[in-house]
Amino acid sequence: MTRINVTVDGVSNADDVEPRMLLVHYLREVVGKVGTVVGCDTSNCGACTVHLDGRSVKSCNVLAVQADGHEVTTIEGLATNGELHPMQTAFHENHALQCGYCTPGMIMQAVDLLRENPDPTEEEIRVGLEGNLCRCTGYHNIVKAVAAAAGSMSSERSNA
Amino acid sequence: MIPASFDYLAPTSVDEALAALAEHGDDAKVLAGGQSLLPILRMRLNAPETVVDLGRIEALRGIRDGGDHIAIGSMTAYSDIVASDLVREHAALLVKAVETVADPQIRHRGTVGGAIVHADPAGDVGAPILALDATMVIAGSGGERTVPATEFFRDLFETAVEDGELLTEIRIPKHTGWGAAYEKFVRVAHQWSIVAVAATVRVEGGSIAEAKVGLTNMGNTPLRASAVEQALVGSSADALADACGAAAEGTNPPSDLNGDADYRRHLATVLTRRAVQKAMEG
Ligand SMILES: Cc1cc2nc3c(=O)[nH]c(=O)nc-3n(C[C@H](O)[C@H](O)[C@H](O)COP(=O)(O)OP(=O)(O)OC[C@H]3O[C@@H](n4cnc5c(N)ncnc54)[C@H](O)[C@@H]3O)c2cc1C
Ligand code: FES
Ligand code: FES
Repeated sequence: MTRINVTVDGVSNADDVEPRMLLVHYLREVVGKVGTVVGCDTSNCGACTVHLDGRSVKSCNVLAVQADGHEVTTIEGLATNGELHPMQTAFHENHALQCGYCTPGMIMQAVDLLRENPDPTEEEIRVGLEGNLCRCTGYHNIVKAVAAAAGSMSSERSNA
Repeated sequence: MIPASFDYLAPTSVDEALAALAEHGDDAKVLAGGQSLLPILRMRLNAPETVVDLGRIEALRGIRDGGDHIAIGSMTAYSDIVASDLVREHAALLVKAVETVADPQIRHRGTVGGAIVHADPAGDVGAPILALDATMVIAGSGGERTVPATEFFRDLFETAVEDGELLTEIRIPKHTGWGAAYEKFVRVAHQWSIVAVAATVRVEGGSIAEAKVGLTNMGNTPLRASAVEQALVGSSADALADACGAAAEGTNPPSDLNGDADYRRHLATVLTRRAVQKAMEG
């Protein structure tokens, strides 16, 4: 067992884990963040996407021990004071999910995309979500939601 | 799927890492970004007793100006290459190729060094490294040695980095002002290259003064299209097709579900023309 300290959604955790434990299993089974899901297990689908020190990663392709001393944000940490993140609101309002399985990863990657590029074109949104698969929606409303979130986040910034 | 059990070491210096590798020998495996190694461990295609994580060695990360070259630490993430003005200015070809690797999440974790040592023939980093005449710095118990890209890639998944050694740095001679393009042919998004061509050119008075062309997935290792490079000298943009016709000369492409060898040879000539044309435009 290896002792790790990981801050997850703002709360610091100290745990003994097996070095072979994947970050996604640590988040779900040790910390209890079951909002982050496993979709494929081959690092293709992106459902397990979280932020590690503010950058998106596929948490099925990172070891928990590699996160020692670092900060993780999951889908459960996006809302602040009970208020949904603008990206969550946009997914809700634009009907950007059906079964919802891809949604936690889709939203975490979409937030990362706007961090790097606050005003993306439709093409840039599609390319930025290349590592996230959705078997239900055909992507159309997901792309719409990300564009809507970009709009509402930029007007929030200009009002601030 | 989870990996078989292993002991985990996280050294903070290259010397410490080399000592760990010397101690554990064949039973140890180096972990960089883990984007190739972790899938391999999870599928149990490999089950090392000890994993030596390079992630805490700060000295292996970063990009610096070395005068006539740029020096890239082996643990520098793909996304840091794409964000680097230094690389964009002096080795644009590497940026163009790295931008096409996998997806943003994988580019945040995967490292240039890991990609080069992994040496997957369909990987996108080998061809630009070879075309840019890079030099690899390898550290071992006997000290440091440098290996030119032409001698680095040996075979499928096999490079000049021996057991117990680490790739520490990649040095790329400055190609300031050279145009560059990476043409990657895939059938669906998020796919590995069926064939890709990395081209960088120096244009003088509307025609090509120097050209360098690397091929991805046209053999067991990345390859240089030397015949094309020579034929291109003096060409203008409207006379590229003839020069690029020889792109598949001396290659040995695989045949698989994505295409047979003849199809890949055809792709190589088409993609080479497109890549050179784009490279001439900037
Ligand atoms: C879904 C998916 C899609 C992908 N698509 C593409 C793609 O389109 N194009 C592409 O090029 N790649 C693709 N990749 C692979 C990706 O580029 C890997 O990140 C890269 O090949 C390995 O880099 P790494 O830092 O993750 O290395 P690791 O996976 O940590 O290591 C790879 C190998 O190199 C060895 N190693 C690593 N660093 C060193 C070092 N400094 N010294 C000595 N040995 C070392 C390790 O022991 C291991 O054997 C994809 C991967 C996934 C999971
Ligand atoms: S579960 Fe991690 S990418 Fe699919
Ligand atoms: S909503 Fe079902 S997978 Fe995307």
